[in-house]
Amino acid sequence: MAFNIYDFTTLTHSIHVGLAESFSPVVATTIEWVIVGVSYLLFVALFGLFLVYAERKVCAAFQQRLGPMRVGPWGLLQTIADFIKLLMKELIMPRKADWFLYNLAPFIVIIASFMAIAILPFAPGLQSFDFDIGIFYLTAVSSVGVIGILIAGWSSNNKYSLIGAMRSGAQILSYELSVSLSLLTMVIFAGSMQFSTIVEGQRDAWFIFSGHIPAMIAFIIFLIAGTAETNRGPFDLAEAESELVAGFHTEYSGVKFAMFFLAEYINLFIISAVAATVFLGGWMPLHFGNLESFNHVMDFIPPVVWFFGKVLFVIFVIMWFKWTFPRLRVDQILTLEWKYLLPINLVNILLMALVVLTKFHF
Amino acid sequence: MTNEELQSYLTERFTEAEIKLGTQYVEMTVTAAALHETALQLKKLDKLSFDYLFCLTGVDYAENMGIVYHLESVEHRHVMVLKAKTADRVSPALDTVSDVWITAKYHEREAYDLLGIHFNNHTDLRRMFLDDSWGHPLRKDYVDEVRIVER
Amino acid sequence: MSEIREVIINNDRLATDEYLVNMGPQHPSTHGVLRLLVRLEGEKVLNVQPHTGYIHSGIEKMCEAITYPQIIHLTDRMDYLSAHMNNEAVALCVEKALQVEVPDRVKYIRTIMDELSRLASHQLWWCVFGMDMGALTTFFYGLRDREKILDIFEETCGARMTVSYNTPGGLMFDIHPNFQKRVKEFITYFRTKLPEYDKLLSGNVILRERAEGIGHLSLKDAIDFGVTGPSGRASGFSCDMRKHQPYSAYPLVKFKEILDDRCDTLARYEVRILEMYESLSIIEQLIDNIPEGDYAVKMKGVLKLPEGEFYQRVESARGEFGVYIVSDGKKNPYRVKFRSPGFSNMFALNKMAKGHKIADLVAIMSTLDLIIPDIDR
Repeated sequence: MAFNIYDFTTLTHSIHVGLAESFSPVVATTIEWVIVGVSYLLFVALFGLFLVYAERKVCAAFQQRLGPMRVGPWGLLQTIADFIKLLMKELIMPRKADWFLYNLAPFIVIIASFMAIAILPFAPGLQSFDFDIGIFYLTAVSSVGVIGILIAGWSSNNKYSLIGAMRSGAQILSYELSVSLSLLTMVIFAGSMQFSTIVEGQRDAWFIFSGHIPAMIAFIIFLIAGTAETNRGPFDLAEAESELVAGFHTEYSGVKFAMFFLAEYINLFIISAVAATVFLGGWMPLHFGNLESFNHVMDFIPPVVWFFGKVLFVIFVIMWFKWTFPRLRVDQILTLEWKYLLPINLVNILLMALVVLTKFHF
Repeated sequence: MTNEELQSYLTERFTEAEIKLGTQYVEMTVTAAALHETALQLKKLDKLSFDYLFCLTGVDYAENMGIVYHLESVEHRHVMVLKAKTADRVSPALDTVSDVWITAKYHEREAYDLLGIHFNNHTDLRRMFLDDSWGHPLRKDYVDEVRIVER
Repeated sequence: MSEIREVIINNDRLATDEYLVNMGPQHPSTHGVLRLLVRLEGEKVLNVQPHTGYIHSGIEKMCEAITYPQIIHLTDRMDYLSAHMNNEAVALCVEKALQVEVPDRVKYIRTIMDELSRLASHQLWWCVFGMDMGALTTFFYGLRDREKILDIFEETCGARMTVSYNTPGGLMFDIHPNFQKRVKEFITYFRTKLPEYDKLLSGNVILRERAEGIGHLSLKDAIDFGVTGPSGRASGFSCDMRKHQPYSAYPLVKFKEILDDRCDTLARYEVRILEMYESLSIIEQLIDNIPEGDYAVKMKGVLKLPEGEFYQRVESARGEFGVYIVSDGKKNPYRVKFRSPGFSNMFALNKMAKGHKIADLVAIMSTLDLIIPDIDR
């Protein structure tokens, strides 16, 4: 095994053994849960902040400006300052809003994101759940967020919010199909829904290369549908600022708004991470068939770096088209899904099945 | 048509109206009663076809109110001025021409707002800029002791 | 409240799945304090009622109390993006009334400044149109180039937007020695940057899909509603005052009046882009030939217009701008009316947006290029 030195199983195992020696099994398990929970929270908070910063810098680069430069070196502390500001802001609630649902909505949205993030394999041994129905779980959980958005839009008692939420509902429900079907294409190819198996299957060649044409089509569809599912431009109809002010989160302020904001960036991360795992080999290094020495050099780069490198690449691509394209109209967005992406996807599944049956792949 | 041709044609056609050559354009003054019919004729007559109303101004002429219509024909490219005056300034009223030129609908609302000229048969005569409680500020006798400083 | 009641009275009652939404006066896409009362059925726009007056500043009333040279400074504040054209309209009107002939130098400089303002205004329109369509990046590309024009303005007249450069009888002061050099630099620069606009936005599939066939305004409607400027010309309404009632140095230059008969949002977009090219070519024809001479005619200290009525039409960046002065021979006018292009253009919105989606309403409004102080005055 080439990447034993980077395997996190040793670390997690030693923690487990250490805890089991000093505490009773129940306490040890509880402590492990807390450790896992806290580390996910920390990761999400920090990575969210980083993504906001990255988005600002990427967008600035596309717009021929520098982006945040004042707070800290190269504006690194800007997002932290913004976050502190958001935390200190007054929470304003519309008088006629539905109190319970209005306050519940941000939590549903963010919990859905957290649940999805748990399934992702960051590196060997760095994954909290490894279901045999991993992808199924992911698609199921990632569509829970839309309930939060619908609730937020409805309970705000604002017409703009409601329009935004309804748009979001229609959009996510439609694009969920494309996301699932393009993942299903890859499940056919990989022969498993378990993330660890999928990653392991890409040891010699990433699926996007070994699955060639159908995999490429699935990847492109996944990117489009994934962007639409995270409500990002050019599919940001739910919060189209020139039309709906801020869409479903118009009436939210302070920390509740921060939750929507953070959830949006976690979703961006999840979509990119799934794209990286299913299509680009997850934490697997880049390997080319018989180039032994090249493959060996690639093995020395830690899997965590590979994983995050791929994720950041996909995130960059998604940001790229957010800052380049105008927004679609609501009927066009649905036309795109139902008239183009869905039929292409169905044909693509058939194509992939043929490829798998005839073993016409690398 | 040049201004002179236009003037002679109009004099021939509209015998009731008072027509003179102003500083730039031919000016035709009609009575309040004849306004709507004249407007229709100006638009309909092939030789005139004044189909583009580019300016509608309400003026307070001290003893009465007036509306000045600046008209152009897109086809012939001639311009004329049509004027109509109300009978008095206590309850000034004119017929609307918004059914002839749609844009007049909104310009008339503005004139109603700022000068208080009422337009008969106007489908949507509401104030344009100001509150219902305001007076009509472009009238010469408008006094607002709070907001206007006399020098 | 009273207005909502009004709508219900005028257009029968709201059906079960219809509702009213207030767009504005604080809304990101109304570019100021315009308020649209939109009647919707789901996403479909059934009716749009513009409500104005949130920034009504009584400029026409103010004009009755001040002298003619002072009026010019108020016209800046109406359509602040084509401030120079507005200034010029008043200056030309007063000159016409006093029968003053301005030197050729003044005419040339006025025309160049006009076209620079038009460019700056169209650039800002392009930025904002992109933003309304959801492409935020255009904003920075447009502003980058607009800065250069504003810098030229600043150097020559000391102000960047509200220039107040005209005065009855000529200009406030002569052009800056650098003026010609910088304008020429700008033209070469902008000729390379203008194709970038097309690359970034005009050729985009999403934009074309969203703009084509949306917001149809037929030629007849354009004339009926008095929609002028690029919006009118996109409906095939030949309404360019620079052609039909030439003023300043426009009779001396060659340029095309851009007309389009597609009548939709895309046509209005492309007319403006092509107009930028025309503006560049007009400036190119004039910039090297500015004749020597005075920058203003010596006028009397107190200007008193002869009794009568005077009207001056100019082409501002968003349509026909008119000044109507009624004079009773005193030093201040008896009545001043400004025919603002935005006022007439705006009311065609209902006609154009009916039956389209909310997103189209925003796009259509953006192609009308409304400036709210211009409407409210």
